[in-house]
Amino acid sequence: MSPRTNQMLTCREMVELVSDYLEGRLDDPDRERFEEHVAECDACTLYIEQMRMTIAALGHIPTETVSAEAERELLDAFRDWSSTRS
Amino acid sequence: MPEEEAARREAQGSGGAPDADAQLLDRLRQGDEDAFRELLREQGPFLMRLVMMHVPSRGVAEEVVADTWEAVLNGLDRFEGRSSLRTWIASIALNKARTRGKREGRIVPFALLRRRYEEGGGPAVDPDRFQGRRGERPGWWASPPVAWEEPERQLEAAETRDVMLRAIRDLPPRQREVITLRDLLGWESDEVCNALDLTETNQRVLLHRARSKVRAAVEEYLEPKAEEASR
Repeated sequence: MSPRTNQMLTCREMVELVSDYLEGRLDDPDRERFEEHVAECDACTLYIEQMRMTIAALGHIPTETVSAEAERELLDAFRDWSSTRS
Repeated sequence: MPEEEAARREAQGSGGAPDADAQLLDRLRQGDEDAFRELLREQGPFLMRLVMMHVPSRGVAEEVVADTWEAVLNGLDRFEGRSSLRTWIASIALNKARTRGKREGRIVPFALLRRRYEEGGGPAVDPDRFQGRRGERPGWWASPPVAWEEPERQLEAAETRDVMLRAIRDLPPRQREVITLRDLLGWESDEVCNALDLTETNQRVLLHRARSKVRAAVEEYLEPKAEEASR
């Protein structure tokens, strides 16, 4: 598709499509339009990069720990449960 | 959910290896304590994280998690393995967290406002940051994002993590659930659709809103510091 300026995706549209793009849900023509815009727009390149970094950072936040006491109580509950059903 | 759809979802895999799940289930049903300990260690930390995003305090979260395990044990014999074990456990936990969260008053008062809020309407980025129709390039950035300083280091800092977690806690419930499962806990989209009973498209829209807001919160937190540093 050869883009004319008036067909070019705007930044405002781009920010609404980032997740579809990152999730691989844009079809080929849309993805081409998206990438065409990004190739020309440093601000959107940065926006996508920040989005990627944010998502990665969320994945690095450690999960909560379960206290040994809570685990003991739950194991007791399991013992009760299995003794009432056998 | 129509049966075909359920079968399709199951065939696609809903996270976790079905065989490993089946083995673990057998052992649990036989009363194998080690199996239960394995399950606790595997799912416990993730359940705490999931529930803590929905209730106001750690104490309440611990209660909800304990209730969840009780419900898991009570339902274990009836669990048919149509979804993975962790998807099933997560849906139980979310139901309990929602009920509890409501009781603890984490809810927006007006029904209309809440519905709009819940549907996740509104743009990903403040419209004022784009050029208007009379601008040189309408729809292009008027105030573009600014590069973050040492983003890798800053994003891993405890303070920034708090900013991100707070931003997630402030999201409408559905968005909060989706981003917690997808990005904090690393689930695949089909697992999330399964656990929350969402279509793929719906899930993506909610995730998009949620991610956009979390990025904006990080931006707001990191940018003023960049200014100070350059002064």
